[in-house]
Amino acid sequence: MIELSSYLIVSAILFALSMAGIFINRKNMIILLMSIELMLLAVNINFVAFSYYLSDTAGQVFVFFILTVAAAEAAIGLAILVVLFRNRRTINVQDMDSLKG
Amino acid sequence: MGFEQFVFYIFAAILLFAGTMVITVRNPVHAAMFLVLAFFSSSALWLLLEAEFLAIVLVLVYVGAVMVLFLFVVMMLDINLIPLREGFMRYLPVGIMIALVVIGMMAYVVGSEFSGHAIPERHGADYNNIAELGRILYTEYVYPFELAAVILVVAIIAAISLTLRRRPMVKHQDPDAQIKVRKEDRLRVVKMDAEKKN
Repeated sequence: MIELSSYLIVSAILFALSMAGIFINRKNMIILLMSIELMLLAVNINFVAFSYYLSDTAGQVFVFFILTVAAAEAAIGLAILVVLFRNRRTINVQDMDSLKG
Repeated sequence: MGFEQFVFYIFAAILLFAGTMVITVRNPVHAAMFLVLAFFSSSALWLLLEAEFLAIVLVLVYVGAVMVLFLFVVMMLDINLIPLREGFMRYLPVGIMIALVVIGMMAYVVGSEFSGHAIPERHGADYNNIAELGRILYTEYVYPFELAAVILVVAIIAAISLTLRRRPMVKHQDPDAQIKVRKEDRLRVVKMDAEKKN
């Protein structure tokens, strides 16, 4: 049988991977958004695993809400990305320095 | 090793492989495809955890909607990839180090705290995950559920109003002006005598 800690470690590794992705791809905003999605996925795996091993359905309800918020976040983030590209012709994070004062 | 464990390790390996590829591949389209693979394999893991509804929602919502949106945006934008890859090798050691530190910390906590946790019995064939989830979602969590709906509406309005653009030189219909038109503005009745018969 699969232990709870196996799921937790898989999700921890996934979270660390997406965190490393944010550091590695610090210029490409699309990959940054994808890394955030991966992070939320890792958190969701934790929630589902705990929900199963503690026999509590509330964890799955939280996953449901996280999915909702993540979908909204992805939609708004991509809309901002499209507007940004339309105005600046770039999605390089390094070029977004017009608020520097 | 039982079949269940075999399935778990296969899908966990695919998930971690896909996650690694998402953050390392050069082409954002390939990254989006690997993210789809990651969602599929984690949905399989959720099926192992008897969260059938969420597994299917993950495939429907994420693979069906969010990743299609990602792919659409990636393919629509004409991105010059070369400046975006600058500093990849420079920050790679930092990224690997941070990943190892985070994995080490989490494995330390998780391995000591949660190993040997009791494994619950599998539910029988009459167990209905959707009914179970619906019962708790529509009673105890009904206000958060409605708030989630509000969040989605806000997201729709925000996304549309952000990307809406009015271009001055384009001809388009103005339904407001079309509705407000009166007969007197457009129609002129000319009185004239009838033609005489000769």
